[in-house]
Amino acid sequence: MGKDTTAAAIPEFRGGFGGWRKPQELNIFLVLVGIVLLCEVCGWLLIGQSFVWNPQRLTITILQVSVVGIIAIGVTQIIITGGIDLSSGSVVAASAMLAAGFAQSAEWSKALYPSLTDLPAIVPIAVGVLIGLIAGLTNGVFVAYARIPPFIATLGMMVSARGISKWYTKGQPISGLTDQFTAIGSAAWPVFVFIVVAIIFHVALRYTRYGKYTYAIGANVQAARVSGIDVERHLVKVYAIAGMLAGLAGIVTAARAQTAQSGMGYMYELDAIAAAVIGGTSLAGGVGRIGGTVIGVVILGVMSSGFTFLRVDAYYQEIVKGLIIVTAVTIDVYRNRQKRS
Amino acid sequence: MQTIATATAIPPGIEDKREPCLLSVNGISKSFPGVVALDDVSFQLRRGTVHALMGENGAGKSTLMKILAGIYQPDAGEIFLDGVSAQFMTPLDALTQGVGMIHQELNLMPSMTVAENIWIGREPRNRFGIVDHRRMNRLSRDLLAELKISLNPEAEVRHLSIASRQMVEIAKAVSYRSRVLIMDEPTSALTERESAHLFEIIGDLRKQGIGIVYISHKMHEIFEISDEISVFRDGKYIGTHAAAASSRDEIIHMMVGRDITTLFPKENVPTDDILLSVRDLTLRGVFSGVSFDLRAGEILGLAGLIGSGRSNVAETIFGVTPATSGEIRIKGQRVDLRSPRDAIANGMAFLTEDRKQSGCFLVLDILENMQIAALQSQFVKVGFVHGKAIGAACGEMSRTLRVKSSGIHTTVENLSGGNQQKVLIGRWLLTRPGILILDEPTRGIDVAAKAEIHALVSSLASAGAGVILISSEMPEILGMSDRIMVMHEGKITGVLDRDEATQVKIMELASK
Repeated sequence: MGKDTTAAAIPEFRGGFGGWRKPQELNIFLVLVGIVLLCEVCGWLLIGQSFVWNPQRLTITILQVSVVGIIAIGVTQIIITGGIDLSSGSVVAASAMLAAGFAQSAEWSKALYPSLTDLPAIVPIAVGVLIGLIAGLTNGVFVAYARIPPFIATLGMMVSARGISKWYTKGQPISGLTDQFTAIGSAAWPVFVFIVVAIIFHVALRYTRYGKYTYAIGANVQAARVSGIDVERHLVKVYAIAGMLAGLAGIVTAARAQTAQSGMGYMYELDAIAAAVIGGTSLAGGVGRIGGTVIGVVILGVMSSGFTFLRVDAYYQEIVKGLIIVTAVTIDVYRNRQKRS
Repeated sequence: MQTIATATAIPPGIEDKREPCLLSVNGISKSFPGVVALDDVSFQLRRGTVHALMGENGAGKSTLMKILAGIYQPDAGEIFLDGVSAQFMTPLDALTQGVGMIHQELNLMPSMTVAENIWIGREPRNRFGIVDHRRMNRLSRDLLAELKISLNPEAEVRHLSIASRQMVEIAKAVSYRSRVLIMDEPTSALTERESAHLFEIIGDLRKQGIGIVYISHKMHEIFEISDEISVFRDGKYIGTHAAAASSRDEIIHMMVGRDITTLFPKENVPTDDILLSVRDLTLRGVFSGVSFDLRAGEILGLAGLIGSGRSNVAETIFGVTPATSGEIRIKGQRVDLRSPRDAIANGMAFLTEDRKQSGCFLVLDILENMQIAALQSQFVKVGFVHGKAIGAACGEMSRTLRVKSSGIHTTVENLSGGNQQKVLIGRWLLTRPGILILDEPTRGIDVAAKAEIHALVSSLASAGAGVILISSEMPEILGMSDRIMVMHEGKITGVLDRDEATQVKIMELASK
């Protein structure tokens, strides 16, 4: 039938393929460049040092934010569906604790499970990802099927997951992790994990049906449903993926610190949301890109390492960080409004 | 027809000699971008009478009501209350001057009590400025008793039935000492018994000298309670009749009396292949016993007033709200459609009534909007979308449908209504449907795009598709349909063949 209607083709329409389109991340990338330049100039003026030409500082900058980055990839997808995830930081802690329990070395005298020491690293990794998956599935089922607002559902998970990580060892840290496990957190491995995860979900959002459905649900749930999307099932998928990524982030955190503590990942959920929003993801849903979130994460990292470099008091750091987040979003909102009118 | 209407009409301007009219509207006009909603409209409401306003959907009744209630400001014209020029800048302004409106969608706060809702914004207070609940409840009890409404003032509104909520609205309006009460389809959600009770209350209000402006699509009700009937059509005042001296047919003629000027391209006669067969389809509380067949090549019109259940039938057939009973067969095969997904898999497409609510992804581009339904079965391999193929298909479709844009990456928010509608039609054509349900496909779009969509729908039917066309526009439904099915209050009241169908017959079936 489609064929029959194509008879009266009209040449005036331009397909819009080819040709260079400005990447949507360009603006936010320029902001990043601006912040880096500011640090560089201030560095020369105030301390007489270069900010950029210091490979060690750059590595640390990226290393520090890669855990938040891994979470932010999942949180971005949830925000694109029009939801929010407050639980990711707590899930990092729960995953770190439960995974670490299965990653202890036999040489450690106070092992949590003395008969389960020196296991191959794949066991704790699987445990950590599984914990994240369970947390994400729970969030998803509450949001999609029980129709609890995402804010509330994930707020509950945030509190409970933090509780689980404290209860698991009655607040004691878990140490004595095997070399095989801690290797995941050594050198630039966390950065590598972050980049791989970012590429996978960049591709998934842009080129797969999973991605198309994610945007459609965020843009208009009712229209998505009428267009044949099983909205509930898809939402559960998205929350489950975000949970798994938080679980993975927990593993990386524990491996890097060579220990697991119930306080890990504290407030990471807010950094992840901030990174997504700075990167152009709209809390109204339907809009957002992984590339933007990656830049957002790097901006957060550069800001904190730049402040440290410039020896700005830690108290001022937080004040200014909050200000920059709000400013970034304000500019974005304002620009969008102009574009539409 | 025009002559019949004006001959027996009471000419505007003639009033009771001894006192001015309670409410007098002179030469009101109101335009919205692209539409003249009211064009030089006048009418008079006398004290202690019920004055019914009638007209098809879009005739301008609601706009006039909203002007009287202070929601819209007129572009031109004057309003007189008791012979004194009045201006209503806000709804509160109208209310304090004595014009109260009972909205179709009730405006009460569900988590507050009956008394709190009635006195909101002017609660009786004690000398410390604290709300005096006891006095407020007592005042409410007296007010409700006076109106013969049996409601507990301390009950929370969310626990009340729709009918009781309406009573609360009426009590609230009366508590402002309203001289004019406007009721917009007050019985649309009421049972027969509840309606009867409402009419008793209206009768009492009338005795107190209150004038009531009453809007309804239900003919029998209009003749039962109103003193005068004014008819509107396409934003113009047509005439006023005394209810006792006029007949139902006269009013219907006044309502639809216009010629069909647009030509509709529908020609082909449907085949005998039955594509879709619906038997005793019921959605409890909404519609019941709906049965019909749709043939290949046929355009089946589905007419009825808003609220008659026609859109609900479409939603149920498409699996949006699965039926409570009944059966659906596609090409003879019984199907169980629990979701739009099932319906699409069975070759169905559904263009929804509300483009913004359930159609467009406004923040996404044309490509993303068009491809989404087709991705269910085509253009996807192990989860990956074949970008080039779908892009080419969407580009081709945009060209065929003459979507005016700078390319398929244009955000749909920036398109005109007609072009948005074309994108949505394109979305469904990409799924190569055998059965199309089109709910108000040309609402709110310009004439040129309208004609294009009509031609397209016709060509789809010629190519063997079955089309169910829902529309409030008489000329559209008469011009396009092979058969017209009319609904009223959740039931099919008749099916008319193309040759026998007229506006009057449809109106009769739609307001039985």
